[in-house]
Amino acid sequence: MDEAGIGIWGVPLAIFAGAIRVSTPFIFVSLGESITERSGRINLGLEGTLVFGAMTAYAIAVMSNSPWLGVFAAMATGAVFGLIHGFICKFPKVNDIAIGIAMMQFGLGLAFFLGKPFIQPVAPHLPSIPLGGWSDLPQIQSALNINVLFIIGGLLSVMLWWAFKNTRVGLVLRVVGDSSDAARAMGLNPDSVRLLATAVGGSLAAVGGAYLSLFYPGSWNEGISSGQGLMAVALVIFARWNPIGCFLAALLFGGAGALGPALQSVGVTQGYYLFYAAPYVLTLVILVATSSPTRSLAGAPGALSITK
Amino acid sequence: MTIEVNTPTLSPLSTDARSLRPLLEWLARRAEPVAISLGAFLAGLALFSIFILVVGKSPADLFKLMFTGGFGSWFSIQNSLSRAAPLLLTALCVALPARLGLVIIGGEGAVVLGGVAAAAIALPLTASVSPIVVLPLMAIAGMIVGGIWIGIAGVLRHYRGVNETIASLLLAYIAIALMNHLIEGPLRDPASLNKPSTAPLPAEYMLGNIPGMDVNWGLVIGITACIISYTLIEATSFGFAARIAGGNVRAAQIQGLPVGRLIVGFTALAGGFAGLAGMVEVAAVQGSANASLAAGYGYSGILVAFLARHNPLAIVPVAILLGGIDASGGLIQRRMGLPDATVLVLQGTLFVVILFCETLYGRFKIFNPDLWKSPSLSGRPNPSERTA
Repeated sequence: MDEAGIGIWGVPLAIFAGAIRVSTPFIFVSLGESITERSGRINLGLEGTLVFGAMTAYAIAVMSNSPWLGVFAAMATGAVFGLIHGFICKFPKVNDIAIGIAMMQFGLGLAFFLGKPFIQPVAPHLPSIPLGGWSDLPQIQSALNINVLFIIGGLLSVMLWWAFKNTRVGLVLRVVGDSSDAARAMGLNPDSVRLLATAVGGSLAAVGGAYLSLFYPGSWNEGISSGQGLMAVALVIFARWNPIGCFLAALLFGGAGALGPALQSVGVTQGYYLFYAAPYVLTLVILVATSSPTRSLAGAPGALSITK
Repeated sequence: MTIEVNTPTLSPLSTDARSLRPLLEWLARRAEPVAISLGAFLAGLALFSIFILVVGKSPADLFKLMFTGGFGSWFSIQNSLSRAAPLLLTALCVALPARLGLVIIGGEGAVVLGGVAAAAIALPLTASVSPIVVLPLMAIAGMIVGGIWIGIAGVLRHYRGVNETIASLLLAYIAIALMNHLIEGPLRDPASLNKPSTAPLPAEYMLGNIPGMDVNWGLVIGITACIISYTLIEATSFGFAARIAGGNVRAAQIQGLPVGRLIVGFTALAGGFAGLAGMVEVAAVQGSANASLAAGYGYSGILVAFLARHNPLAIVPVAILLGGIDASGGLIQRRMGLPDATVLVLQGTLFVVILFCETLYGRFKIFNPDLWKSPSLSGRPNPSERTA
């Protein structure tokens, strides 16, 4: 069968493949942000963490020739960024939103500074699993060439969803996120819980960055991120702080991003750029429809400054 | 941290000291933000110096070079001022709503749409109408569109309870997509091949430079906007009402203050200023609306506003300082072999440390006349006496 044989079916296939390819960083960043926000704090600096993670993963992979070592190194640096954010926000009168933006600037600056020597060398890529072997069509084979991190992200979201409900750690996190006072009454230290939650969130965001530099697009440069870290905040609200929702929302955001190029490939060029706006319009519409001036969003952690 | 303010040991008040007391109290209250900001700035520089030492360069050489690159010559001063100009307006987009307790981070959206609106209104008129009419029309169009864009966040906040931070961020992404749609589609100049743009403005419709300087009029517009904003907040009843609502919304509502109108008015004005920044970018720098409008001025403005503690007059020096740091990047790269991202690291370090130091407010007795040994003239009870 030739290229044209797939015809109009190329559009959904391209959207599907694009959704999976593009969504993986969204999955990790939004899962990380959902953990942080569930603890009652917001980290707007994940964009910086993500880009720094991308740089670290790439640099370590180049030096050690092992992409997985790169991912773990990225996780470590992400956790450090989270710890800095969490530590600073512990102090009174410090605005977590502003600190997040400052940390974003800091992370970007540091990543560009330290990443300069790694723009040229080529790093080994992360492996992917060819699930399309049953088909003769090269399009389907390439669409089903799914990266391991995507699968890990999917499993992680189910695991987190379960853990929020059924484990002690999950319950502690939710208590702290809903009411600092209630947490203190139970003998929990809200600041320590939030510190750890921000660190875990940061390390997951860095994995998202590692995917960018080690798989798709698979190189390190200063324009590697197109704002995935910033969008995570919107995504988590869209997903109602539900990890499985984060996974689905990430797929939706990724798919919407792939819609434009897919339509263009079959000759539809009108409104190409408007499709990029679709997920944001949808998030905004959902926010408007479900918000109310008198109560906070359903599912929102009570101590989260951003939903009050 | 060392703070050089006269220690007020005025326990047995002499008549002389008594008359000095109001002055000292005034000084102490004014000195707090200056001393803490300066201390934080120096602490940030110290941290950055350690970083530079670790990468094996001399911080002293670097700072000297930075000063040369940012403010060392007339040329570099003009360069710094040009870079500061858009930040003045985008910082106001954050600072004005902040006085009402709102955190707006989507100024970028107002900048790009303001720029597109300015280009869209100017291009059909350039054949027939004089620049003296067209340029103000461009400014008005930019302000209106920018004002509507951020005003939406204010309306949603007040009437629907939608968080303004998230709404403005989403609106910024929508705005950038809209801009790309417009400059790739309906407004695209077919002659712009590699970089989609609107048709270029004819030279006589450009904003031009301040006489005698290589800096465009955007700087004057920005500083004027800062002065107007300061006057609005500090010297009008509208601004007074806004400050009350920013302190406590419920109290303001009970007082019968028009909180809704304040929120919508302030966010719309804030967006108007950001839209004006977009118009200046089109009319004085780019010459057409294109993707360079989304250069991150909106995001840098957030930091300028927070560093200036949302005081419109303090925005001016902060923006110029940042412009200077920005301008020195090229020189550092050429002379010291450091990446141009060095200035980003410095900015990031400074931002984090300065925002961290917000926590120091109210912790120094020396700045708080209510805690001084003798009773304060402001008539407030002295906490140290109450416990005695």
